[in-house]
Amino acid sequence: MEQFFGAATTIVIGVGGCLLYFFASNLLLDRLFPASGPNISRNINRANAIRPWLFLLPALILLALYLVYPLFWSIYLSVMDAGGQRFVGADNYVWMVNDPKFIESMRNNILWLIVVPAFSTFFGLVAAAVTDRIRWGNFAKAMIFMPMAISFVGASVIWKFVYDFRPEGQNQIGLLNAIVEAFGGAPETWLTHEIVNSFLLMVVLIWIQTGFAMVILSAALRGIPEETVEAAILDGASPLQLFFKIKVPQIWGTILVVWTTITITVLKVFDIVLTMTNGQWGTQVLGNYMYDWLVRGQDSGRASAIAIVIMLLVLPIMIWNIRNARREMR
Amino acid sequence: MADLKLVNVEKAYGEVRVLRDINLDIKTGELIVFVGPSGCGKSTLLRMIAGLERITGGDFSIDGVRMNDIPPAQRGIAMVFQSYALYPHMTVRDNMAFALKIAKKSAAEINAAVEKAAKILQLTPYLDRLPKALSGGQRQRVAIGRSIVRDPKVYLFDEPLSNLDAALRVATRIEIAQLKEQMPNSTMIYVTHDQVEAMTLASRIVVLAGGGISQVGAPLELYERPRNEFVAQFIGSPAMNLLPGQVIATGAQTVVRLDNGGIARSSVPTEASDMGLRVNVGVRPEDFLETPEEGMFTGEVEITEALGEVTLLYFKRQGDAAQVVAKLPGIHADLRHKTVTLSAAAHKVHLFANGESLLYR
Repeated sequence: MEQFFGAATTIVIGVGGCLLYFFASNLLLDRLFPASGPNISRNINRANAIRPWLFLLPALILLALYLVYPLFWSIYLSVMDAGGQRFVGADNYVWMVNDPKFIESMRNNILWLIVVPAFSTFFGLVAAAVTDRIRWGNFAKAMIFMPMAISFVGASVIWKFVYDFRPEGQNQIGLLNAIVEAFGGAPETWLTHEIVNSFLLMVVLIWIQTGFAMVILSAALRGIPEETVEAAILDGASPLQLFFKIKVPQIWGTILVVWTTITITVLKVFDIVLTMTNGQWGTQVLGNYMYDWLVRGQDSGRASAIAIVIMLLVLPIMIWNIRNARREMR
Repeated sequence: MADLKLVNVEKAYGEVRVLRDINLDIKTGELIVFVGPSGCGKSTLLRMIAGLERITGGDFSIDGVRMNDIPPAQRGIAMVFQSYALYPHMTVRDNMAFALKIAKKSAAEINAAVEKAAKILQLTPYLDRLPKALSGGQRQRVAIGRSIVRDPKVYLFDEPLSNLDAALRVATRIEIAQLKEQMPNSTMIYVTHDQVEAMTLASRIVVLAGGGISQVGAPLELYERPRNEFVAQFIGSPAMNLLPGQVIATGAQTVVRLDNGGIARSSVPTEASDMGLRVNVGVRPEDFLETPEEGMFTGEVEITEALGEVTLLYFKRQGDAAQVVAKLPGIHADLRHKTVTLSAAAHKVHLFANGESLLYR
């Protein structure tokens, strides 16, 4: 109950504070440059020039505090030693490229980068196309979208149970091993098999992201002019040809945006690996490796260096994605 | 070569029947125009012929083969859509070639068909452009070209000119007429709400209203001998004037005393039993003549619209009666606020009882 009141108070203060800020700052602006008197037109022009900045100010301050400042601080820390006391130059970066665990993380990240966006987008596209055609499509959509509402940690816990192992003879509580046993196989400790386990972890993220891809692509599919579809039907296109030659090319821009958006999510993947394997058995990824060095290794230098690498990987995709999304909007 | 036959065709969405009792015989080489007010079902009928809408009753056949359950692509038809419906991601060439590629025709055959259609439609310089780099008129020609390459038995046009500006509409209309001249054996069905398109293009016009066919006939037949008041007022602009009255003399020439006090003579014959019948006398604005004597209608001109070749006179309303409009040849702007008496030649005067023409009894 106490938490509830705490949350409610926070919301009230937060929303009220915003309203108060915009109201009061606007009022102040109008007082400073009143829309009356001898300088009326100059005052209105000045007020209009200032007003957008007034409204942007809180967002800019927060962005500066939580994004820009940490960025520069990370760059600074990445050239310092473990405690952030002594300048060590590029030492952390040199260590990084020679570290087998970092190489493993890079390799896994590349794997994730290829597999997860590809499968999520593909399944999302198929789900979008199929659910638009069937009567219980909306129910199916809700079911497919549901994992989006679960936190990564929650999803990981669910899937940890799916992959759970009990020695032979005991009741298998893991879905995967139960199925394997039902077909006469022996239960496996799935998450300890290198390479296979990475793909098993990717399944979790695909499961989550398919819903996202489906929703966006479904909207795009509905935006295709009906006449082009009818014209293709008259031209004799089969349903498959209709889909791949008429519909998909028309939503290609959206597919790319979905793909890159998921790519960015994948580059930051952390929670799933931490929760399910904590990077053991060859499943390490950059996000978790950074966290590992910061929290367990107590080395802010190396952790920051890894963080910078992640940022450099995300940046170009992010820029491309934003440009593309803007073009789509026009 | 294609004869189309529709027998008692109907379309129902659940309980609501939007089209019923559609009976139509279309012969090879005809250009049939469906006209009617919006919502009359003309586009729906076209889409049923195309196979994009299911036919819920009756039979539709092409050359004697029942088409009700044949998929659209196998009916031997091609359709030009109002919005062009070009595939935006394909060049003009690919747009036109798409159907042939689907049909697995050889590359040489496809190329020849596309080049030929492009030449007819003057699209050759644009073959490698995307639709977005074309003007509205060019897009429409690509849409037509996409139909031509398939060499269909029947061409369907769904309001193909309504997205073009006025000047382009006239030019494209003439192009379609020329296209029809070049392909005398192809059957075309054309939907429009523009009666000028209907009058100029059609070999026969089908007027649709209220979910059924009001009249089928050659353009001038509809103009000169409308079957009912709806057709009479739909064809021709401004619409035909309808003046209520009562028959006072029957025979080869019928005389009607109008409620406004005027007398109308019509060469529509009536029988003795029609004496005293309530009728509407129909006169087209262009058939009115100014007369110094006693006429059919006398009133004060409220507004004049002088167009040079003709002048439109809008008369002051008298009571609940509809506004009377006359179209006189020449310039008569000076008639504004004057009182004018109008009459019309007997053979230009139509008679309607209960909305139906007395000519077709």
